[in-house]
Amino acid sequence: MTLKTVERFALIAAWAAVIVGFGIALPGVFLTWTNFSVMFASQAPAALLALALIVPLTAGDYDLSAGATVTLASMIIGVLNVNLGWPILPAVLVALAGGALVGAVNAFFIVLFRIPSLVVTLSTASLITGLVQWMSNSSTIGGIAPGLVDAVSGGQLFGIAYAFYYVLLIGIVLWYVLEYTPLGRRLLFVGRGREVARLVGIGVGTVRAGCLITSGAIAALSGVIYAGLLGAADPVSGLNFLLPAFAAAFLGATSIVPGRFNPWGAIISVYFLSSGITGLAMLGIPMWVTNIFNGAALLLAVTLSQLVRGREETDYA
Amino acid sequence: MTAALSLRNLSKTFGGAKALDGVAFEVAPGEVHGLLGHNGSGKSTLVKVLAGVHDPDPGAHLTLNGRDVPMPMPAGEFRALGLSFVHQNLGLVPSLSVLENLRVADITAMNRVHINWGAERAAAAEALQRFGIAIDPAARIADLSLGDRALVAIVRAFEELRHSGTAGIIVLDEPTPFLPRASVDRLFALIRDVVARGASVIFISHDIDEILEITHRATVLRDGRVAGTVDTSRATREQIIDLIVGHALVKTGRNASTGAPAAAAVVRALRDHRLTGADFTIGKGEVLGITGLIGSGFERVAGLLFGADRATGGTIEIDGVALPLAEMTPRAAVSHKIALLPADRNYASGVGSLPAADNMLLPDLARFFRRGRLDRGGLVRHAAQLAHKYEVRPPDPTLKLSAFSGGNAQKVLLAKWLNIAPRLLLLDEPTQGVDVGSREQVYAAIRKATAHGTAVLCASSDHEQLADLCDRVLIFARGRIVAELGGAELTKDHIAAACYGGSVEAA
Repeated sequence: MTLKTVERFALIAAWAAVIVGFGIALPGVFLTWTNFSVMFASQAPAALLALALIVPLTAGDYDLSAGATVTLASMIIGVLNVNLGWPILPAVLVALAGGALVGAVNAFFIVLFRIPSLVVTLSTASLITGLVQWMSNSSTIGGIAPGLVDAVSGGQLFGIAYAFYYVLLIGIVLWYVLEYTPLGRRLLFVGRGREVARLVGIGVGTVRAGCLITSGAIAALSGVIYAGLLGAADPVSGLNFLLPAFAAAFLGATSIVPGRFNPWGAIISVYFLSSGITGLAMLGIPMWVTNIFNGAALLLAVTLSQLVRGREETDYA
Repeated sequence: MTAALSLRNLSKTFGGAKALDGVAFEVAPGEVHGLLGHNGSGKSTLVKVLAGVHDPDPGAHLTLNGRDVPMPMPAGEFRALGLSFVHQNLGLVPSLSVLENLRVADITAMNRVHINWGAERAAAAEALQRFGIAIDPAARIADLSLGDRALVAIVRAFEELRHSGTAGIIVLDEPTPFLPRASVDRLFALIRDVVARGASVIFISHDIDEILEITHRATVLRDGRVAGTVDTSRATREQIIDLIVGHALVKTGRNASTGAPAAAAVVRALRDHRLTGADFTIGKGEVLGITGLIGSGFERVAGLLFGADRATGGTIEIDGVALPLAEMTPRAAVSHKIALLPADRNYASGVGSLPAADNMLLPDLARFFRRGRLDRGGLVRHAAQLAHKYEVRPPDPTLKLSAFSGGNAQKVLLAKWLNIAPRLLLLDEPTQGVDVGSREQVYAAIRKATAHGTAVLCASSDHEQLADLCDRVLIFARGRIVAELGGAELTKDHIAAACYGGSVEAA
């Protein structure tokens, strides 16, 4: 087995090791189908968020506003469906459009005014968070229409709630676009060599804007799924998904397709990290450990992905 | 007399491939020692081993001023051992002053709380004065000419070595390719001054004339081994070329002149902040060279015709359509089959971290999108054919672009554009950092394209290259075309003379 093959599947092996480890430490509790079935569904919003992030990351931009976009989309549904009595479908569509609009605003400042994406999306994240607090009075809006709840967690396929299959669907679409279309290649060149891309006639600004808008829309879908899982719009907890999602995006880039952000790596990483946290929680470890775990995971993931890319970089001349 | 630097049995293996194989050479105190070789001959690897960037294979011996240096060299230790490097990018911070750049090592190394700027200014002024260099220590590096920047970098390298307690060895890694001749003369005067003070200089260059002029001896690397060390006061240009290439160099034949070819592109009144209106025609299958001194404006032309930079006026007529250049974009240019190979290979031309195949076929991806998916197998196969056609070594397009030597990377990027059969191919310094042997292959690839009717515009400051490659050469000065050379006038010396305003007719 070559080093490359080891690298490709190292993440899956690490996940398996975590599962076996907690399975031994927590006999009869951790290794149950219910535990995993719940985890696959409950982490679906986090996984969608990680998928949202890898799109602009591939094109070289950070989207720190994606976490806030999750809460915004949930809250749009809460306000429109519960407070204003809209039917659920138009509410969902407006929520998705709202996510895309956030991406468009980000793109406006990043592409047109050439401001680093880190600064722009940090600002818009705060803007959106404030907006959500105003919309919701900082409290949860319950009683979202059962139509959405049914579509997200009303039934199971192969023992896992529907929520998980939205993740698979977006994962497949991204995988196809990134790996099997000219657009995916252009995206990669925009991320790795912006000037190179510009000088073969790729509309670099358009591509970056498209990625940011896509990221906003997928983050909004994450918020929709989250609202469906809870049956309520939560004004805060979407923000807590951002850090683990970034950790998963970078960790995923060390595996499956090492050196590139890729959807399967990101999805596996989300479940790898949440398996760890679930296991630790079952062992009775206090809540604050979650933050330490996630922070350390992001740091480790970025370091690993740097090592993967750095080692492949050889001297030019 | 003890050698300033003595290197024995240096090998370096990268994943099974020997980049260096038993390299040995010596540099005497006060000597200027040339180092030449192809890209891929091991020159860069050698410099990186000396700088402690790469660890050599076990068994290497290095002595500096008679002291054994443990290998691998501890990273960052080279300066204390009396070695200093000036890389091609010079390592200066453009937004800071000459003073700050000169004294940065001292200021940061001494661990002082307080910086006495008066004393620092005096030290910097003294250092410049010692070498008779009239540069204001308060000037910003960004405001200096390239030549002056190189002088500052070399003075800094010399100053940094004063703390090592040795006379020091300065490694100059291709400092000259962007410099006009007058600056090269000043640089050489400084090098002579530096070695007169007992220091040694290792001078790395592709330019054989410069090596013959400035060095005492020169070592030629080929395929990771020492091909020979020559006494440059006795060696000839041909001897050195033979050592570099390992076989007699075959020049490509010039296309037989068949009168004026049909026009492929007509440029009228091209203007920007430096060009004051240039008019010229490029024929089908013709290679038109443009050159001039730095700042003459010729270096702007390729980017403006492609829309990479914005012109303020002018048109290009291609295939019967006149396109305003003030509105040209790279996308419009590509759609009219105009291609640009920029000078900056790492930044603007190719992405080192992605495979050669992806780099080659980036402008042609749509062709491989079949039945709803990118045909990645077909893409790699087509790239392999291109690699074979343009003699890319190694001919494996799945390798990352950064794994290729400078010359082979350039062939990959040339293949990227020749693959779309451009009407007009714009080349900007196409053989910068490309070794002598690969140059011939790059020229051959360009000739292949012109044989199929592609018109080529080659902007270059390498007069020998223009003489070898072009059918006609236009000379720019102060934003205008001032001379046109063709036929028997197309020699390196004629072109140089014309650039400096020499009379071509009388020559």
